[in-house]
Amino acid sequence: MTGQTLFRRLALVPLTLFTVALVVFVLLRIIPGDPALLMAGPGATAADLQSIREGFGLDKPIMTQFGQWLLDLTHGDLGRSISFRADVVSVVAQRMPPTLELVFLALVIAVVLGGGLALLGTYYRGGKIEWLVDGFIALFQSVPDFLLALLLILLFTVATSLLPGSGRIDPALPVQFKTQFYIFESLVRGQFSILLGLLAHAILPAIALALPFASMIARVLKASLGDVERQDYAVMARARGYSERRILMVESLPNAVIPTAALTGIQLTFLLAGTVLVERIFAYPGIGNLAVDAVASRDLPLLQGIILAFAVLFVVVNLVSDLIVISLNPRLRNG
Amino acid sequence: MRKQRSDAVVATSLDGHNMNSLFSRRNFLKASGAVASLPLFGGLNVAAQDGAKTLTIASNVNLTAMNPTLPAATGNQLQTYYTTFFDPFIKQAPDLNYVPSVLTKWGWNEDMTKVELVVRDGVVWHDGSPFTAEDVAWSLDRAGRPENKNPLRFVWASLSNFKVDGNVVTADVVRFEPTIFKWFGFLGAYVLPKKYIEKVGLDGFEEAPIGTGPYMVEKFERNSFLRLKANDKYWGGKPAFDTVIFKFVTDGAGRVAQVESGSSDLTYNIPFEEYDRLRQKGFEGSAILVTNCATLFITNKDAMLDPNVRRAAHHAIDKKAIVQRLMRGYGEPQSTMQAREYDAYDPSIQVAYDPKLAEKLLADSGYSTQRPVQVTMQTTKGMAPKDFEITQAVAGMWRKVGIEAAIEVVDLPKRSELIRNYQAANFVFQSWSNATGDPHNCTGFALYDKSVQSCWRDRELGAKMDPLWVEKDFKKRVAGWKEIDRLVAKNAYIIPLFQYAQPIVYRKGLKVVPYKSELVLPQTMSLA
Repeated sequence: MTGQTLFRRLALVPLTLFTVALVVFVLLRIIPGDPALLMAGPGATAADLQSIREGFGLDKPIMTQFGQWLLDLTHGDLGRSISFRADVVSVVAQRMPPTLELVFLALVIAVVLGGGLALLGTYYRGGKIEWLVDGFIALFQSVPDFLLALLLILLFTVATSLLPGSGRIDPALPVQFKTQFYIFESLVRGQFSILLGLLAHAILPAIALALPFASMIARVLKASLGDVERQDYAVMARARGYSERRILMVESLPNAVIPTAALTGIQLTFLLAGTVLVERIFAYPGIGNLAVDAVASRDLPLLQGIILAFAVLFVVVNLVSDLIVISLNPRLRNG
Repeated sequence: MRKQRSDAVVATSLDGHNMNSLFSRRNFLKASGAVASLPLFGGLNVAAQDGAKTLTIASNVNLTAMNPTLPAATGNQLQTYYTTFFDPFIKQAPDLNYVPSVLTKWGWNEDMTKVELVVRDGVVWHDGSPFTAEDVAWSLDRAGRPENKNPLRFVWASLSNFKVDGNVVTADVVRFEPTIFKWFGFLGAYVLPKKYIEKVGLDGFEEAPIGTGPYMVEKFERNSFLRLKANDKYWGGKPAFDTVIFKFVTDGAGRVAQVESGSSDLTYNIPFEEYDRLRQKGFEGSAILVTNCATLFITNKDAMLDPNVRRAAHHAIDKKAIVQRLMRGYGEPQSTMQAREYDAYDPSIQVAYDPKLAEKLLADSGYSTQRPVQVTMQTTKGMAPKDFEITQAVAGMWRKVGIEAAIEVVDLPKRSELIRNYQAANFVFQSWSNATGDPHNCTGFALYDKSVQSCWRDRELGAKMDPLWVEKDFKKRVAGWKEIDRLVAKNAYIIPLFQYAQPIVYRKGLKVVPYKSELVLPQTMSLA
């Protein structure tokens, strides 16, 4: 990738974020449901409501509100959450790390599982194992993550009591963290017993998010491996007497992984979006769960902050994904 | 190098190089061992880990603010949390009766121009500082001041000029509010620590709240859990459990799983299907009638101005069948807004299920099953037990007599806005809660034309209510509201459906005291 291309991509980022912010800002303010009413309570007078609207700038024209919001944004201020009575930046900053850890865990599971299944299905093509892999792909592509979440709770929490079905950490643990990245922090500090507890809480929501994603990776990678195996270099390797395992791992995989990596980047954004429902079901205190509360309480500043944070994540994920694909594919490097 | 690659297929395929050391076979086995041991450390059965000392409750709402006087804190369900670490001025007993708390006596003077409150001795804040009458006066005064944005200021501002003399607080009655002492034990009515808040500020209080309640806040993780520690110095005696954990599990299925798996000792507000199933599996439970009523509000516009249509709509609903089929028998049909435990409950006011009469009334107004009256009914979905299903059942019953109802799902903020702006549909489903048991807070706010919560805005009816809002004689006031209820039932200004029951399910060996106000208080629980 040339510096110019990279610059062009980066230059588009602020424009993308601005457009998202503008559209979301306007949409949130034209949907029915006056946040001042929710804040004011049952006995509020018209004057009370007006005072709240003035306090949060809700009485001004939408574009004036947006201009002020943008101006504040340049100072790192996303406003004050109506329901939490705290800075939106601090609320979002507190709740983003649990989601990032969860998504990372789901991504690892999806890549390992999906990649492994694709390799197995390709290596044992035409046999029972391929049939099982195809069955896995078909099953988990058709089952939504929230349904999987409920099934996992039923299986691992209710039926077998193997894993906890809610929360992020055992509430009885008297443990203090310095950051919100509990899993990462406990790993770095070598607190492995706490780490295991955290993983025990995260594993079910991560699996619920990961399984549909893994089936997508398996399907795309398996199809790519099938295509690549028919290429001349694979045929040549076979003619040279290389083993099928070597042809698969050394000749085919590095080439087949490129379209999978590209699609993984795109699908990762869907995985992020999936956290909204899955976190809710598992009572996982991440940003998806927070988004549901913000919608229910019409906490417009918080909702705006959450969506902007999601948008930044989406942009970053897409950019990194593009960079990975470009680095994997020499033909794109000078594009 | 190629050999190593085959051992670390996935890692290699992702970034092409240098991941082998991390994903070596040895490390993979280590990680597998760790994952395999997860169940041993999964935090499961926390509830049972230290026997009687810890009580874990899977609760249904998130606690967002520690300050109980904020608008976000006035939800009825939230009072369960606040009542564990704050003390209300006056307590409500399980049967809704008001009993002493940090106030041991309360009342008006002879001509009802002043109130006098006697503050309990020997109470201390969680930080060990003494609780005083100053705290009571300051908390009440603060609640009525507009700058503090208390959502119930309209009640608290009726008192002013607070004075403290020893352990007695007096205040002037600015506007006579006959229910004022009922509000002393209702939503957000807790004593806050004056000196502590002045020292640490409201933000500091939010971070580390103290109260005088039976439990102290030990750790609070938003959207996750609240951990409480028993207050050894509680004036009412140390509670039975050393530690109480509220896990915020907003999903009903999740709460059921919590109890079923043993991760929590108790949960509540679950579907009655699950309640029955868990009871059959050997869990203990209670499902008493509570102060929450399923109600169809009527907006006095369009077809709803026709009394025949309104009355037909009421007579056509088989409330008993709804309770039996949708609530599995847990609930009690109602004809007025007064639940059985309320001050103004009058069993002689009844609106019978009579579909024949409903058909006749509609026919009198020119409607029939062939030519039905078209109405719209708004409801939330999943915000109150079986809200959407109830409206579906009602629509089905109405169809049989000649009322065709379109159901429109709205969320809570939209519903509040529509009602406040007098833009709601013909019918609006709401669950109406009134733990004070006072007719002001049910028939009053639900039907007074000047109430922002009312859909029926009729000055003629409002004028009949006007004197009741300031009536000083309790018996006269209650009698007046009963007459209003009779008038409301006769003219079908609102359709009360049934009184809800609250399902609470818990593990064997736990003794639980259910509250008609829907509070689920760990300080009243113990081991059987």
